[in-house]
Amino acid sequence: MTQPGTTGLIFNEPELWDKSREGRCGISMPRSDVPRTDLDPALTGDAPELPQLSELDVVRHFVRLSQWNFSIDAGMYPLGSCTMKYNPKTNEVQAARKGFAAAHPLAGDEFSQGALKLMYELEQLLGEITGFPAVTLQPAAGAHGELTGMLMIHAWHAKQGKQRSKILIPDTAHGTNPASATLCGYQSVNIKSGPDGILEPATVAEAMDEDTAGIMITNPNTLGLFEENIKEVCDIVHAKGGLVYGDGANMNAVMGIIKPGELGIDVLHLNLHKTFSTPHGGGGPGSGPVAVVEELIPFLPVPRVEKENDAYSFITDCPDTIGRMHTFYGHFSVMVKAFAYILSMGGDGLTRASQLAVLNANYIKESLKTTLDLPYDRPCMHECVFTDKTVQEYHISTMDMAKRLLDYGFHPPTVYFPLVVDAAFMVEPTETESKDDIDQFIEAVKAIVKEAASDPDKLKSAPYLPKVTRLDEVTAARKPCLKG
Amino acid sequence: MRYLPHTRQDIDQMLAVTGHADLNQLFETIPDSAKTKTGLNLPDALSEWDLNAEMEELASQNAACRSYTCLMGAGSYDHHIPAIVPHLISRSEFMTAYTPYQPEVSQGTLQGIYEFQTMITALLGMDIATASHYDGGTALAECALIALRKSKKANKIAVSSLIHPAHRQIMQTYLDPSGYEIVDIPADRNGLTDVAAFKAMEGMAGVAVQSPNFLGNIEDLGSFRACADEKKCLLISSFTEALAHGLLKRPGSFGVDLVAGEGQSLGMAKSFGGPGLGLLAGTKKMMRNLPGRFVGKTTDSNGQRGYVLTLATREQHIRREKAASNICSNNGLNAMTAAVYMAAAGKNGIREIARLNHDKAVYLKNMLVDAGFESVYDSAFFNEFVVKAPAGFADKRRELAEKHNLFAGVPLESYYPDMADHYLFCATETVSRQAMDLLAKEVKS
Repeated sequence: MTQPGTTGLIFNEPELWDKSREGRCGISMPRSDVPRTDLDPALTGDAPELPQLSELDVVRHFVRLSQWNFSIDAGMYPLGSCTMKYNPKTNEVQAARKGFAAAHPLAGDEFSQGALKLMYELEQLLGEITGFPAVTLQPAAGAHGELTGMLMIHAWHAKQGKQRSKILIPDTAHGTNPASATLCGYQSVNIKSGPDGILEPATVAEAMDEDTAGIMITNPNTLGLFEENIKEVCDIVHAKGGLVYGDGANMNAVMGIIKPGELGIDVLHLNLHKTFSTPHGGGGPGSGPVAVVEELIPFLPVPRVEKENDAYSFITDCPDTIGRMHTFYGHFSVMVKAFAYILSMGGDGLTRASQLAVLNANYIKESLKTTLDLPYDRPCMHECVFTDKTVQEYHISTMDMAKRLLDYGFHPPTVYFPLVVDAAFMVEPTETESKDDIDQFIEAVKAIVKEAASDPDKLKSAPYLPKVTRLDEVTAARKPCLKG
Repeated sequence: MRYLPHTRQDIDQMLAVTGHADLNQLFETIPDSAKTKTGLNLPDALSEWDLNAEMEELASQNAACRSYTCLMGAGSYDHHIPAIVPHLISRSEFMTAYTPYQPEVSQGTLQGIYEFQTMITALLGMDIATASHYDGGTALAECALIALRKSKKANKIAVSSLIHPAHRQIMQTYLDPSGYEIVDIPADRNGLTDVAAFKAMEGMAGVAVQSPNFLGNIEDLGSFRACADEKKCLLISSFTEALAHGLLKRPGSFGVDLVAGEGQSLGMAKSFGGPGLGLLAGTKKMMRNLPGRFVGKTTDSNGQRGYVLTLATREQHIRREKAASNICSNNGLNAMTAAVYMAAAGKNGIREIARLNHDKAVYLKNMLVDAGFESVYDSAFFNEFVVKAPAGFADKRRELAEKHNLFAGVPLESYYPDMADHYLFCATETVSRQAMDLLAKEVKS
């Protein structure tokens, strides 16, 4: 089978300022039709030392840079917990419509009815998908959604008259979970998952007390396993007066199959840039809507969108709100893309997407479980987690395999996470990868494991094909050079 | 569905490998009691063509679907966006890439963000800048947390009442659960933050001032620096209009410790308020306290120049509950947008655009005063200013929007209850003299 990785001509390109020539400018200047008025010289400084380039200089520079990037549009990104699915192009067309892109956030409700209606309807759609009565779209990213949700739990406890000091977090959690909890002043209590890789009710019952605000659960968890005891766990936490936070980062596995709102979860964030196909952008902007049960609605951030007699408006008069999380209403253009995606898929399409995401992951798990070590050999959801145990005897690590995959034309999986297994190699194919592409990936992993035995030194210096080879990250951190 | 590539035959072959009878059986580990009985009650899937029609219908219900004159700022600014900016940013290689954790195949994003960091430090006159934050308000809230955490004793921070009201609200939301207190510094009669009032405050971990402030006036950061030095507390400055730094003295020249701001003006569409671009910069001393990602320069095993994400030991995926912040995704693609914009504008371009903004705003203010508005402050401003409107302007303003698609200023009363009839106007390089003259004529009539 021919692998996608190959060599080709790519360009060298210096840093911007090395191309700068005094007097060049790459921007068209509007002609001035008003008198020049100088500011008091005591207030003005010298022009900032930005590089001086022509328009084509700028175009070549960034086109050359772009060619050094891997991207979904070029190849498969089996990154566990990241849901790197295809980003549909029509979504970009929708967000770029003048009525959306040029809208000023303070134009007033009556001049912004289209935007308000879209937000209102997207809240309804996400509420239906997750099984909750209300949603806020304001959080700017998944971690921001987590913070929003935890602030609401904090505010709810305060309203009950007694604040609590701790929060339970399973060992499979994303690092953002404990960090978000800390921002609310909660001390994280790490709880261990059971031998099957899922939470056991007894462990939760033992840790849960009346000084614990609740639990943060990712379901399916980061081992790709469904938390089968979720209902019991929720009951235990509720019985002690706590609330259940659901990390919906892995919602792509279960759309139309379960609704977290029906299982006892009280507050859940989604990542529109994972499950709902909006581009990751090399690190954002994302969007992290938060869905809540009835009892938490008063605590949602403001402003909220309201509908009355077919007219939409922002309301801020909510006495128990946690306050504002974003300068305006969140990442609106990301919402437009997610809305377009949901409308394009429909309910059956989203359910099908989850089914195929789970099929793809199980197919990879079954196909590679004799090649790589599979610590939890159970039916998985949308992702599966291997380790480097089978290649350790050749002194080859997960990192070596990951780097070698680049030469085969694949982005590596998520590595060394979750922390609950050693040297994790965590694969999430998503539903938009075809069987043919997945077979190529499986063949590549098998070929690399063979190489580990036959030519381990080759793996240790991989990759060979990208623009640069392994980078010196130690010096980068010890002697930081953060600007040119 | 065109996004789902599986043929019937593919599915059958794959199920044979996984050992499941059908797709439903894949979910065997989910107890039946947990499965939803209702399915997804969503509208039927739309074709691409029906989607276009439906979305255009929604977009057409926003006034912005037609060309309009935008004399509003208040944190979201109307600037020209050169064609190369969306063109380059739409490249799949930037837009559909993941966070650059695998540097060998992410050098494009990494070098671009490194250049962004460098240009932001030049724009603000600071030692270091992070790889971005969500928006100006959340970046400012993080700065407040840094100051409070660094202080051994103080649990209060002094915050100018002329910082963008939404930014102050975000700070409140972020600080509330930790028991930190925000102490407002009032405004003086010139529409500037009252430095004397700050002088009288004790036990502050830091002081935060926006310049130009929410009313458009340029603050004297130097006097706050002197005062903060006496009190041995951190000075944080913020801004909502990044282009002001094309003309004004840079925050770094006043010795501020931390700068937070909104970068939407650097090539981003207004998009109903988001996503914008949170900018965060600091002195070298602040390096290990700043939240979020940094890109650093290094070399590869062959000695070639290359870039990596660095100083990750501050971040949540390594430090978990001890992290400097919970931030994970930032606004990377918008940082790249700002990089392209700044590279295209360059040293002279950004200066000239900034001057044009100031010229237009001065012209607009003069025209409005001539038409019967009252100038409220004599302080210097960049491209925003406050005027008090003549009686009946609220109706006229609505009429201008409806008839001429001209949006005249942001009413300030909802932000400051004692500012009835006060409006915050903004004029940028996109506004023609003709449009401003029309406004003045309409107001006079």
